[in-house]
Parts: sequence; C-alpha cells; structure tokens
Amino acid sequence: MSRINEKFSELNSKNQKALIAYIMVGFPNEKATMSTVRGLIKGGVDIIELGFPFSDPLADGPVIQNASTVSLERGTKIEKFFSIVKKIRKQTDIPLVLMTYTNILYHKGYSKFITDAKKAGIDGFILPDMSIEESKEYLKAAKDITDTIFLISPNASNTRITRIAKTSSGFLYLVAVYGTTGVKTRIKNYTIKAIKQIKKQIKGTIPLGVGFGVSTPEDVKKYIKAGADAVIVGSAFLKLIEKTPESQIESKIASFTKLLKKQTIQK
Amino acid sequence: MRYPKDGRFGEFGGKYIPETLVPAIEELEENYLKFKNEKNFKKELDYYLKQYAGRPTPLYYANNLSEKIGGAKIYLKREDLLHGGAHKINNTLGQALLAKKMKKKRIIAETGAGQHGVATAMACAVLGMNSEVYMGYKDTIRQKLNVFRMNLLGSKVHPVKSGSKTLKDAINEAIRDWITNVETTYYLLGSAVGPHPYPVMVRDFQSVIGEEIKSQMKKVNNKTPDSVIACVGGGSNAIGTFYPLVDTNAEIIGVEAAGHGLKTKLHSATLSAGSKGVLHGMMTYLLQNEEGQITETHSISAGLDYPGVGPEHAYLKDTKRVKYHSATDTEVIDAFLLLTRTEGIIPALESAHAIAEAVKVARKGKKSESIVVTLSGRGDKDVEEVQNYLNKNVKN
Repeated sequence: MSRINEKFSELNSKNQKALIAYIMVGFPNEKATMSTVRGLIKGGVDIIELGFPFSDPLADGPVIQNASTVSLERGTKIEKFFSIVKKIRKQTDIPLVLMTYTNILYHKGYSKFITDAKKAGIDGFILPDMSIEESKEYLKAAKDITDTIFLISPNASNTRITRIAKTSSGFLYLVAVYGTTGVKTRIKNYTIKAIKQIKKQIKGTIPLGVGFGVSTPEDVKKYIKAGADAVIVGSAFLKLIEKTPESQIESKIASFTKLLKKQTIQK
Repeated sequence: MRYPKDGRFGEFGGKYIPETLVPAIEELEENYLKFKNEKNFKKELDYYLKQYAGRPTPLYYANNLSEKIGGAKIYLKREDLLHGGAHKINNTLGQALLAKKMKKKRIIAETGAGQHGVATAMACAVLGMNSEVYMGYKDTIRQKLNVFRMNLLGSKVHPVKSGSKTLKDAINEAIRDWITNVETTYYLLGSAVGPHPYPVMVRDFQSVIGEEIKSQMKKVNNKTPDSVIACVGGGSNAIGTFYPLVDTNAEIIGVEAAGHGLKTKLHSATLSAGSKGVLHGMMTYLLQNEEGQITETHSISAGLDYPGVGPEHAYLKDTKRVKYHSATDTEVIDAFLLLTRTEGIIPALESAHAIAEAVKVARKGKKSESIVVTLSGRGDKDVEEVQNYLNKNVKN
C-alpha cells in the first residue's frame, strides 16, 4: 500500500477528508520552503505537493508562473530539489507528491527521474501536460514505485472518467474550473455536478481531489460537502508566502492551514 | 494525404495536453476529418484561396540572381505575393472556415513576426468572426506595424510579457486562454506545431505550396526540381513545400536560424542543435538546457525565433529524408540585400534564410539543375530591422 493510500484510509477511519497543499520549492528561497513545510505540518496538512519549476508552465496562472520564474532564477535544479525533499522527508512521514511538467521527467529519462525521486522521498507525481494517451512509458517507469495522479476535467465524458480513474493511482485530481491555476472565481455549478458525476462513476475505487482556484475555508467546505475526498490549495499559499516576512512564514502558514483543515473534519 | 491516426510521426508528435483540452482536441479532430474531404468545404476554401488570397502563386525564374551566381537555376515560389504578404493565409483561411463550420464564435491565435496574426485577422474579417491574437511583447516592438495592421483588421492584440516575451510565450498564453474559454473558442495555430491534429492540419492546408511547385516545374522542364529549399522555424511553409515532394527524388533542405552562430547560445536552430523533448503538446526537438528547461532563442527574424519545431520535421530529420542546415544573421542580411538588388524583390528575413542556402547550393550546381526556393513572405515588415542592423554594423 502506498503512503498516499495509507493516508486516505487513515483519514477515512477518523472520518476526515484530506487537505492537500501545493507549494513551489525554492520560492522565494530554500529557507522559506522549509519554514512553509513546518507551518503546513503544524497546521495539520495531510499531503504536500512540491512543485518543481518548469520554464513553460502552460497550465498555470500568474501566481505559479511567477513562483516558477523566481525559483528558477534562484537556481532550483533537480539535484537541489531532491536534497530539499530529503530534508523534508526527515521531518515528516506525510505523503509528498511532485508536481511538474512532462519534459522535466522525459529529459532525464522517466525511469531515472522517478527512481531518484522515490529515493529522496517522493510518493507520487502530477504532470498537468501528461495525457493518458501518452502515458505508457511513464506508467511503466512508475509502476510499483510511485503513484501516478492524473488530472480530470469537468467536461470529461463517462468513458473518459473511467479510463482516467483506471490509469490513476493515489487519487484523482479534478480541475475545478476551466482555466489555469489560481484564478479566483465563485464556485461553479458545473464543478459540483462533476464531483457528483465522477464519484458515481468511480464507485469508491479511488479518492477524488478537487483543485484549481480553491483558496478559502468556505471553498473547502463546499467541495467537501459536494463529495470531494480531498481539496488542493496552491496559489493561496504562495500569495501568503509572498506577502509575509520570512520570520513569520511558519506561524502564518500554520494558522491558515488550521483554518482550512478544520473544514475537512466531519462531525 | 497520409493521416497518422495516433498523431505520431515515428516517435514525434502526439498530444501532451492539459486534460481540459481533450474534448476540444477530439472535437477538432472529428470535424477536421469530416470536412477536409467534403466537396462543399473544399469548393469554398478553393474559392477563397483563388479569388481572395491570390492562388496559384507564380513560380518565378530568378534569372538575374542565377546568372550572378553562375550555377544552377533558381526558381522562387512566390508566396510573398499572396494577400497579406505571406504563406500564412493558406492555413488561416482553411482553419477559419473549419471553425465557422464548427460554429465557433471566437478565434484566438499566436503570432511571432505578426504574419500569422495578420493572416488570422484577415480570414476572420472576411468570414465575419472575432479574433484575438497573442504576441510576445518583444515581438510587438520589433514588428509594431503588424500590430497596427491587426488592430485595423479588427483583431485585438494581447502583448505577452511572460518568459522570453516571444513566440514560445505567445503560444503558452494562447493555450492558457483556450483552457479557460474552451467551450466557445477555436485556437487557430499558425505553425505546424502543437498537439495532434494541428501539425497534420497545418501541413495539409499548406501543402498547396508543394503541389503547385510540382505541377509548375513539370510545365517548365517536365521534371521535379533537383533541390527544394525552405526556411524552418515552427516549419509551416517548409512542410507545405516538402510534403508533396518527399516521394520524389528531389533533394530537400530546410534552413534554420543560426543567429549569431551555432556555437553561441544565440540561435534558434532546433533541429541542428537541439535534443528531444516535450513542449506545447508535442514531442519533438527542442532547445533546452541539461535540466530540461527550455532555453531562450535568438534570430534576426521574429518568425523563426522559436525553441521547438514541427514534429514531422523532427521525423524527416531522423529518417534523413530532409537535410536541415542553418544560416546566420549575417548570411541572412547578405541574402536579403542580394535578392533585393538583383531581382527587385524584398524578401521577409525568414525567407532570406532559404535564399542564403539557395545561393550556396546553386554555386555548386550545374546550369541544367533547378532549385526551387519557397519565398514564404515579403520583407516590407523587416525594413526597419534591416536598417537598424546595417546602421549598427557600419558603426562598429
């Protein structure tokens, strides 16, 4: 059983849903990343997605684009990234998911990259530009090593929902809105409908996470009420990091995380 | 025409796309396959290509240029004479008509030099559709007249200030727009790049260039040309030129932008100096660093300033059917001036790359041999850039 699966069954037994946080490693620097991670853990986060920057993040909105640029300019490289993951792994047992773009893995070789990531402490991957059609080599390389989390869109047909669910492991990642990451909008009816439809279609075979534009405790509450097993908050954390003096990052992140996490605990 | 069902040319191509775009790409493929052979669609496109864009374009024997070099005969495929001044209109008319059949109200496009943006704005104006064009901020400055032309034609231009502020970033931003407005919007890609079916579709709409070359050369000397040359950025005019000729004996050469030279970092010669990778929905050759980050490119011509290349070119390179060479900025300026003075034709800086190569090939060739060069666009848009270059290089 993977660390991610274990986390979901543990939460299930406690009658809780998962709070997943996304952060860009190296934004604005390594020290801030470590403070953020400590804050997230203190606040009770369940899974952390660690972003590795790519020069052309075409599924991301301005906040993550900027964080990628800053991180790259500050010299975040693969080896450096893995050393940070190792440090984080020493401090916690919570699942760590690596989010980046296909070319980063392809360039190094899927197998080599995934093995190295696993050694550092990574439990799964999210690649927003990896479609199930192109995933054969990637899946082969990750098999029995890490989970492969695929994105699913609210406009997916039932056939596609089933295919993506079968290809994914760990959890399914529903893109809440048509758009890039971090765009603040009101919760859409189509997202609520999609959550219900997907849950019906996958029949409990894999947990369903909802992300993109999820930024407040109210958002978390509504998506969980609609049936999501996990919510993913990303850009909101990065915005908070951006405006907080470095010495206060840990405490500010911890209190924001607590507010979000509270909504995932069922009474 | 061959249609790769899985969207692959050998190992290249495919569809590496955000999940939100999957239904849109499926809808596009379905409609393209439905309409591309439909009689009425072909008739309508044919009408616009002839009566509106000005096809067929002449195959002009460049006598003065050929004499001056004193080798093989050089023929110019005059895509520069098309409405709008470049080959781009072949594709924009085709795709805009398709979008209309698909009942899409809003068209978005990316542009490098501005030629595809202008051709999109024209096709949308004549077909009564709204268009918005993403253009790298750096390109809006070096090609500001094209920005104004697009505005005049009723298109809204969005300057893109992220990344290297050129074509690559304009494509990123167009894709982001498409993800956001996927249900209403048609993405009219201008080069033979992107996820399947774009590379095939753009190739098919541009293949009119190579088809005409074939029949026109047959009339000239009852044979296919000995050599065919075109410039390659993303590679739309080149694939349109090459594709109908890959089954002949013609020597085929694509010319990339060597910028300040392949040994510097300031070039855009993806096939000559790149490595395999995934960008903009396709697997192809890319200019990237040892970490898989896409590197910034340089070319004197905005239209070739791109770190990727169409996947079919990647395939034609690996199978060795097509040779890919390159021309430096200096060689390009020389070719630009040479053609301008000998023939009275001002070529686009993109096309001047092909001219530079043609001069080299012709010099080694015999009088009985014929070379066809696709003159993909006219150079009016580039005169200021050339003036700046000459001023700078005279002073130094």
